[in-house]
Amino acid sequence: MSYSVTEPSSRTKWFAGSMVILYAIITLLPLVWIIATGFKSPSDAIAYPPKVVFTPSLEGYVNLFTERTRVTPQMLEEAGEPTKWYDKIVHEQGAVISGKSRYGERFFNSVIIGFGSTLLCMILGTAAAYAFSRFRIPLKDDLLFFILSTRMMPPIAVSIPIFLMFRQLGLNDTHLGMILLYTAVNLSLSVWLLKGFIDEIPIEYEEAALIDGYTRFQAFYKVVLPQAATGIASTAIFCLIFAWNEYAFAVLLTSGTAQTAPPFIPTIIGVGGKDWPAVAAGATIFLVPVMVFTILLRKHLLRGITFGAVRK
Amino acid sequence: MPNSPMEKVAKATPEKVAKRIRGLSDRAIAWIFVAPSIFLLLAVNIFPLIWTIRLSFTNFRVNRPNKDVEWVGLRNYERILGDSDIWMTMQATAHFLLWTIVLQVLIGFFLAFLINKKFRGNDMWTTIIVFPMMLSPAVVGNFWTFLYQPQIGLFNYVVSFFTGADPASFSMIGDVHLAPWSIVIADTWMWTPFVMLICLAGLRSIPDSIYEAAECDRASKWRQFWTITIPMVLPFLMLAILFRGIENFKMFDLVVQLTGGGPGNITTLTSIDLKREAFEKWKTGYSSAYAVILFVTVFGLASIYVKALNKVKER
Amino acid sequence: MKTKITLTAITLAAAASVQTAQADELTLCWAAWDPANALIELSKDFEEKSGHEMGFEFVPWPNFADRMLNELNSQGQLCDLMIGDSQWIGGGAENGHYVKLNSFFDANNITMDDFIPATVTGYSEWPKNTPNYWALPAFGDVVGWTYRKDWFARPELQKEFMDKHDRKLDVPNSLDELKDIAEFFQGRDIDGNTVYGAAIYTERGSEGITMGVTNALYNYGFEYENPEKPYEIEGFVNSEGAVKGLEFYKELYDNGTPPGSSNWYMGENIDAYKSGQVAMQMNFAFIWPGVEADPVVGGGNSGYFPNPAGPYGQFAQLGGQGISVVAYSEKQEAALEYIKWFAQPEVQAKWWELGGYSALKAVVEDPGFASSQPYAQTFLDSMAIVKDFWAEPAYAELLLAMQARMHNYVIAGNGSAKDALDSLVKDWTETFEDEGKL
Repeated sequence: MSYSVTEPSSRTKWFAGSMVILYAIITLLPLVWIIATGFKSPSDAIAYPPKVVFTPSLEGYVNLFTERTRVTPQMLEEAGEPTKWYDKIVHEQGAVISGKSRYGERFFNSVIIGFGSTLLCMILGTAAAYAFSRFRIPLKDDLLFFILSTRMMPPIAVSIPIFLMFRQLGLNDTHLGMILLYTAVNLSLSVWLLKGFIDEIPIEYEEAALIDGYTRFQAFYKVVLPQAATGIASTAIFCLIFAWNEYAFAVLLTSGTAQTAPPFIPTIIGVGGKDWPAVAAGATIFLVPVMVFTILLRKHLLRGITFGAVRK
Repeated sequence: MPNSPMEKVAKATPEKVAKRIRGLSDRAIAWIFVAPSIFLLLAVNIFPLIWTIRLSFTNFRVNRPNKDVEWVGLRNYERILGDSDIWMTMQATAHFLLWTIVLQVLIGFFLAFLINKKFRGNDMWTTIIVFPMMLSPAVVGNFWTFLYQPQIGLFNYVVSFFTGADPASFSMIGDVHLAPWSIVIADTWMWTPFVMLICLAGLRSIPDSIYEAAECDRASKWRQFWTITIPMVLPFLMLAILFRGIENFKMFDLVVQLTGGGPGNITTLTSIDLKREAFEKWKTGYSSAYAVILFVTVFGLASIYVKALNKVKER
Repeated sequence: MKTKITLTAITLAAAASVQTAQADELTLCWAAWDPANALIELSKDFEEKSGHEMGFEFVPWPNFADRMLNELNSQGQLCDLMIGDSQWIGGGAENGHYVKLNSFFDANNITMDDFIPATVTGYSEWPKNTPNYWALPAFGDVVGWTYRKDWFARPELQKEFMDKHDRKLDVPNSLDELKDIAEFFQGRDIDGNTVYGAAIYTERGSEGITMGVTNALYNYGFEYENPEKPYEIEGFVNSEGAVKGLEFYKELYDNGTPPGSSNWYMGENIDAYKSGQVAMQMNFAFIWPGVEADPVVGGGNSGYFPNPAGPYGQFAQLGGQGISVVAYSEKQEAALEYIKWFAQPEVQAKWWELGGYSALKAVVEDPGFASSQPYAQTFLDSMAIVKDFWAEPAYAELLLAMQARMHNYVIAGNGSAKDALDSLVKDWTETFEDEGKL
């Protein structure tokens, strides 16, 4: 083994490692608290002083997926012995299940809109980024800054005209409308990121392909696309994180049919007040898909975030 | 016109490539590839923006469909720029913007620097640190109100564990002096990982050979840090600042859930104020003017910044 | 005026053909809260009897006004029936969002004399105190107080309070007495926990602090306008009494509420009360069934009392809503059928049983009503003393100004009470001028 000047000493590594782990623990505390709250009973969730040790309960998860009505003890008796475990949990609160909650729908909307807009954004973004990277386009720099500038507008600022326009076009409160909207918002980021990646791919590859008789289009999807896969993957993570969690547009432009989960979760109510365990349960479940997606693509994440500016 | 943008672009394109891409089919492909994006952006961003600009000269109100719409010229703009309350919200936004960026850059860079020491398991810890950023800001804001509750939340008890202060002795959201920091802390918690990732990418892009050469020249570690690491990471850092800056200038969801803009108007950021004018008071014309002013501000700041960024990159 | 005539015509036509039943799918819009879940249960009877299907769109309180007014302003057809907040009635009537119900009531023998007068004025009439009805009172609600009966009953506390204040530790007869009690409990150690006086409304974002502070303002001499001359507010909104009332609320906040209760509304107050942080809480009556059912504070451990009197009188902030038919709905006939069904005394009685506060006299004046629930009498007493915020079409602007001015003084501690109310007069005058009311 040869000695390398850039390899840190084991003491440095030990120090660095423990500092990072310390930070990770502190930063995870709120997250762990959220997840733990999901498994508390409503009274444990707001216990004063806060409870670190508690009896786990699935009440939050049951409440998240059901609508319940509080009934008189007499009516409860008439309803008979609960047969299912979740019925039992609800009966213990002095209520009966009156139906399933909207959470499933909202979650499903998020899946359609989040992944749909990410996919569309990747298609449009890759094409545009390729063109910007390889072709002579008039006013290229200005167009690029124009694309970036569309991300600078506060959502509230354009939401009134968008609202009026969507209503005219019948896109208000539809999945398609939200997919188009999120795609537009994410396009700036994805064009900027992807252009960097494609810039990195040596142009000689395509030239070789062209000489071999490929058309320009074939060269694009047979040579460039596979090379840019890493970049596309990491860009997709960022687009998804945004579209998945977006709140301002969602709260203003969606209501009955196309509402996503973020405006819904903070407002889940239980008996009287806010149902903290159900809110926490909703937030936890909502975190899972994007977390899995990120863990699966984590190798690309680091490379992706370089915005293609890597100098090797 | 020797210095037209066209010329510049042409010059920037390497000769060999330029030769290759001439020809009608390429140009057609270029347009086919770019047009959908441009069209979508025009339809969903630029068209509404133009509409907003138009509305900003009227007294239109969405909730009064029967009322005649009048042109009021620059009156909306005059009212906004002369309103001291709006300058307060600008100040609140500036405070939020400045401190979130400072903290996130310092902590984020330091973390990236440590992770780049390649200790065992650094990949796993990096992924774990990134988790907060995947949460919905609205949910985060909502939960931090809970965490900041002096009696039932976690925050005051953790602070009291480390400092010995009575958890009931302070209130992050209720105190006029602490509230601006409460939103800075929550945002920093959430977005430091983003800055860290960019810095890490920057650090990893520095070739080992540069350090090796410096080592041969017997440059101290400290000197290497200031003359190699910092300048090489700077463009990345600046990009991180640009993206965080743009995002936090628009900040709405996290803060509205966390403090509702209070106490008083201490944490009423411009986006929150704008939302009240537009969607609660329904002063459509007035709020359109407000939106235009905000957009011009951020657009102006960003274009100056991007120029600076490009300069740094060229060096 | 033209729109109003057309609307009346539609109503007439609708009322005439209300019997021609045809199965429709109706959507009812309301806030997402306890009573809404009870309404789903109640409505099953309507579905069975009419053959119509009921769908519900419930929006949580913090977004309720934004979302629903957005819907109405854009003439959306999402909602056929709207249980809108009491302050929307002016805008609902003047902007043509709601269908006028007078002829429908006449045709179906529904009379507003059968409902608690305060709810008719509060939820149905526009302009106020004229027989023009735009809604049927659906859910009576009012701000009142909940207190820990079990703590109040402790002998050692009773004794200590007696020594200090020379009166029994009991339901307060005045706001001053309430403050004494709050300060008495503030910082006290009960069962090993530090507890505090009272949870009061302080929320900034929507309407919280306004709904709270008015309970003090009214009772100290605040008036919305000159009773003789509408929209004249100088000297009424910022009267000497109003200033005292606002100062009272700030003192209560500073000395009698839990630390960190700076942005609290219904939910936070309930949380604080249920977790044993406070001896009293200010809250709308809708929470009382939930309090009674709670394993810790329920079952006789809690008592209820109406907002105590101040030097100027005894009033309480009105909450609650009426149910209206949305003018943009294409299923107005079926929607009216729902209202007709809902107005029946049997349905109203069941509504109360499920936790909905009926506004029907037949229900609340029933001899067994007052003793049917521990909070029933308090609800009746409170409903007799209500006052409501502006219900103007521009109510949102008036409310936002009040939110900002009150929070800035009470919570942030900027300026004096007089400054806050003077500024409010300035804001409100400006709004009325913009509206052409002045």
